[in-house]
Amino acid sequence: MSGDTILYVDRLTMRFGGVVAVNDLSFAAARHKITALIGPNGAGKTTVFNCITGFYKPTSGIIRITHDDGRHIQLERLNDFRISKQAKVARTFQNIRLFPGMTALENLMVAQHNALMRASGFTFLGLIGVPSYRTAEKDAIDRAKRWLDRIGLLDRADDAAGNLAYGDQRRLEIARAMCTEPALLCLDEPAAGLNARESSALSELLLSIRDQGTSILLIEHDMSVVMEISDHIAVMDYGVKIAEGAPQQVRDDPKVIAAYLGADEEEAAAIMESGK
Amino acid sequence: MRIRSNTEANVKSTAPVRVTVAPPDLTQTSRRAGIVFIFKKALISALVAFVLFSLMIGIRTEAGPNGQLIYWTRFDDLATIVAIVFGGSIIVELLRQWWGDSNTVRAIPTPLKGALDFTGRAIPPLLLTCALLVPVIFYNQRYVIDTGIQVLTYVMLGWGLNVVVGLAGLLDLGYVAFYAVGAYSYALLATNFGLTFWICLPLAGIFAACWGVLLGFPVLRLRGDYLAIVTLAFGEIIRLVIINWQSLTGGPNGVSPIPRPTLFGIPLTADEDGLAARLGIEYSPTQRIVFLFYLILALALVTNWVTIRLRRLPIGRAWEALREDEVACRALGINTTTTKLTAFATGAMFGGFAGAFFATRQGFISPESFTFQESALVLAIVVLGGMGSQLGVALAALTLIGGFELFRGFDQYRMLVFGMAMVLLMIWRPRGLIGHRAPTVFLRQSTAISSELAREGLG
Repeated sequence: MSGDTILYVDRLTMRFGGVVAVNDLSFAAARHKITALIGPNGAGKTTVFNCITGFYKPTSGIIRITHDDGRHIQLERLNDFRISKQAKVARTFQNIRLFPGMTALENLMVAQHNALMRASGFTFLGLIGVPSYRTAEKDAIDRAKRWLDRIGLLDRADDAAGNLAYGDQRRLEIARAMCTEPALLCLDEPAAGLNARESSALSELLLSIRDQGTSILLIEHDMSVVMEISDHIAVMDYGVKIAEGAPQQVRDDPKVIAAYLGADEEEAAAIMESGK
Repeated sequence: MRIRSNTEANVKSTAPVRVTVAPPDLTQTSRRAGIVFIFKKALISALVAFVLFSLMIGIRTEAGPNGQLIYWTRFDDLATIVAIVFGGSIIVELLRQWWGDSNTVRAIPTPLKGALDFTGRAIPPLLLTCALLVPVIFYNQRYVIDTGIQVLTYVMLGWGLNVVVGLAGLLDLGYVAFYAVGAYSYALLATNFGLTFWICLPLAGIFAACWGVLLGFPVLRLRGDYLAIVTLAFGEIIRLVIINWQSLTGGPNGVSPIPRPTLFGIPLTADEDGLAARLGIEYSPTQRIVFLFYLILALALVTNWVTIRLRRLPIGRAWEALREDEVACRALGINTTTTKLTAFATGAMFGGFAGAFFATRQGFISPESFTFQESALVLAIVVLGGMGSQLGVALAALTLIGGFELFRGFDQYRMLVFGMAMVLLMIWRPRGLIGHRAPTVFLRQSTAISSELAREGLG
């Protein structure tokens, strides 16, 4: 992992009082690739995510993102909202966090807040209705429309997000994150609660996002999704990395199997099965 | 459907009989259960009323002529009250069942629905026309115009607070502070420096907005109940400062006389350079009242126009998103700090405008006009109207302030009647008069979203 690394996590440690949730974790995510972070429940995956996306300040360690133009940004030094605004890292949540009382279209418009704020001259120009803001808003609506079309929700654009089906809400949340035009998309268990058909549609969506040039980092329990789409997998247990490599490699790693067996038999069995 | 299957069963007169008989039997029992439930509820209410009022109303005590305690019983009054509670409880429950829960979908026939939609669209222009015509129709009834000015002042305050509470979801119990800042800004600038109303009006708005930001900073980290308490304290602080800073504000004596507004420099007086003299018409004090009426109407409409526009701008969407989910906002790169501060500042600015108007209308202001009760009243208007709804706020202000005046005839029972009306309204429309929000942007058609889905915000 050299020049083509988008995210580089170096010796990340996160302590909550006496509890060490993440201990000396290092891994990297390649550009234009899908990297998965897996591990049993309570392994510290979501903590790593929260550190990367600025919801936690890590106790120690470096999280560095390298943009296409070679610009480096240390994420652990940025405040929460700047991570999305400046470092171009977007995220979704394990328990869906849409704006339920707003329409699907509005959700995607809120995601383009910063671009639209600039276009509206920080509200003052927008208030008097300058033409340049109108065109910017039209572009934003067009982008939202494209994404709604891509996730198959164009018909439900004017319906409240809270009224959508669970699987639709998941996809809408991903579309919303993509509307911030991120360089790195972090997904926290995007396939949780989806049926087989929905999760295969999700896999397709994620692959198409990757192919269009956005790197993806995901946490996932659904091994079929992880094994199918990941280019690289890092495995965590008890806050430390226990294995890393290509899906095939990780699947056959005895340490990984042991970790899953120790934590959750079913999931270990799922790994073994998908390995056959 | 049921009748048909019944006849079929009768013809065949075989096994299905039991099946077809069962449903009516079931409804019978459920209805009986419903009646039992209503009676049970009414009995409990009556019991509570009995316990509560047995000492308060049942026994009356008084100090006798020699200082001893004398008491007498009023059991007949007590019995009346308990009976009223019992009957009232049954009526309320029946009404509730007839009306249904607020989230049940009532089947409305299409033509009726079309008519309802039409009236819904027709209400705002109709209200506006009525408002414009009030001074024309009631030109000789100063009381009506005065009440109209009062209502419009609260409409404006309600619209201002609606930005903070309804859109951004920040519960603000100290809104009257900004009203006070606006009023005192105008009063002091006008009396000390002789500035005119039209110069002071924007200044009052700017000062109030600054105070809004000043309040915003310390409370940024607070949410929900804690935010409400701090804003409440802020309102009291402003009032206490005004009372105690005697050298500047005149303390409890207030500020007077505050100059009356002019029509762009032309005073509305009986003088030679007054408006009446210039137009060559006879002077009447009503002219000034009518002018004030149109002034507050214009100010309120500006507030409304700006708010509606802001809602459709990214900042307005960010306010609503903040109300829905603050964490998600941060994940999308929205600066929640500035977003909250702009909401506070915008709401405060409108409060400041209304305050300046209040000062020029009264000609005299004192801290007594800016008590917590005012904040509570404005908040009640916003909540009653339906959080975030402009039309709802206007209707609620009309109902509340107009109601105050209407119930004047009930004399001492005014507040009681009024309180009961509020309780009933909240039972039937828990989300306020207008219980839905209109999307700010749409592709095909704007479908109203039930407030059941929208969140109230945690501050």
